[in-house]
Amino acid sequence: MAEPKIDLRNLKAGGFIKERGKDLFTVRLRVPGGRMSVDRLSKIAAVAQKYGKGYVHLSVRQSIELININFADFDAVVAELGEEQQKVASCGARVRVPTACGGCEYNPNGLIDTQKSALEVDQKLFGTATGHHKFKVCFAGCPFDCPKSAINDVGFQGAVWPKLDADGCIGCGLCAKSCAEGALSMGPDNKPVFDASKCIYCGDCIKVCPTGAWSAEKKGYTVRIGGKWGRRPLVGTLYATFLPEERAVDFIAAVLAWYQEKAEGAGRVRLGDIIIREGWQSLLDHLRRDFSEYVVPETILPQVINSQLPLPGQNA
Amino acid sequence: MQTIDLRGVTCPTNFVMAKLELEDIEAGTCVEFLLDDGEPVKNVPRSLKDEGHKLLGLQERDGYYVLMLEKGAD
Repeated sequence: MAEPKIDLRNLKAGGFIKERGKDLFTVRLRVPGGRMSVDRLSKIAAVAQKYGKGYVHLSVRQSIELININFADFDAVVAELGEEQQKVASCGARVRVPTACGGCEYNPNGLIDTQKSALEVDQKLFGTATGHHKFKVCFAGCPFDCPKSAINDVGFQGAVWPKLDADGCIGCGLCAKSCAEGALSMGPDNKPVFDASKCIYCGDCIKVCPTGAWSAEKKGYTVRIGGKWGRRPLVGTLYATFLPEERAVDFIAAVLAWYQEKAEGAGRVRLGDIIIREGWQSLLDHLRRDFSEYVVPETILPQVINSQLPLPGQNA
Repeated sequence: MQTIDLRGVTCPTNFVMAKLELEDIEAGTCVEFLLDDGEPVKNVPRSLKDEGHKLLGLQERDGYYVLMLEKGAD
């Protein structure tokens, strides 16, 4: 075989995606959590200008994709992007680059540092081969859930459990007014009454409290598993609450290990469909081994969304 | 006490108007804001607290809210 004219090691994790037309590829860049320094952005612009078509595409998972890159330029593109430490992303049956919202540093709704989590997952699990199908992870900073955690294989959502110091409460009623879930109402003594069964851990009460009488008792991630979109969408369901942020990588690795084992021989099948086949109990028991304090007592199967195709009785 | 009527003004204009009004008021002074129910009463108090003002109380009046606040130091 002739000496390859490009370095094939660059292609190992995927990220170079065949386009229509001879010799042309899309180069998907690795942008964990969608955050990028302006210096890096300038470098990408320069590379796109030099080797690309004159535009880039912003992927739906927060990546920048260089368009119309000739495969003969792969090494040069990788080298020049490397001057600003910009790496190429993954594709195929691997752990993908995690997505995340802006997190909690500047966004007043954010409860947890999703950017930090996304970077950590990207460093430790990026490109891990699943053996079966793609594996997507996302981090949402609060229950608004802009990143749509329930349609990822493993989706994290920032959560906070509120605690009231009744002596510090001035009875202003702002918390009860702010609680969109109806978990707080004002009692006859003009202090808030908390109905824990309605709380979704958004922390709005803590954020609005003028005196700091409401504070965070505990903080962590709500974790949903088994979601996906695509041809046959599934909504992921609840497996853990208040998972500490420093356990997120280990938790994903545990889910991945279960998937790798249970999907053996199943072919190109996503995690959610394997859960439907194996039952949620098996995955929940597996996770309970190392995460017993956080795993919920029971859950439900990933929820099928009936998108109504094919139409019944439809003939060609 | 000065009353600033923010009824009929939507987010985020109401918050920015509140900020502008507070610029001309001395720290430590109490002010009341009239806010519509819904998004305004949920968002504006929290944003003003974030800016360092002290929220003193909230009262419901006929279909709107009165937020009492003490202007914080710059």
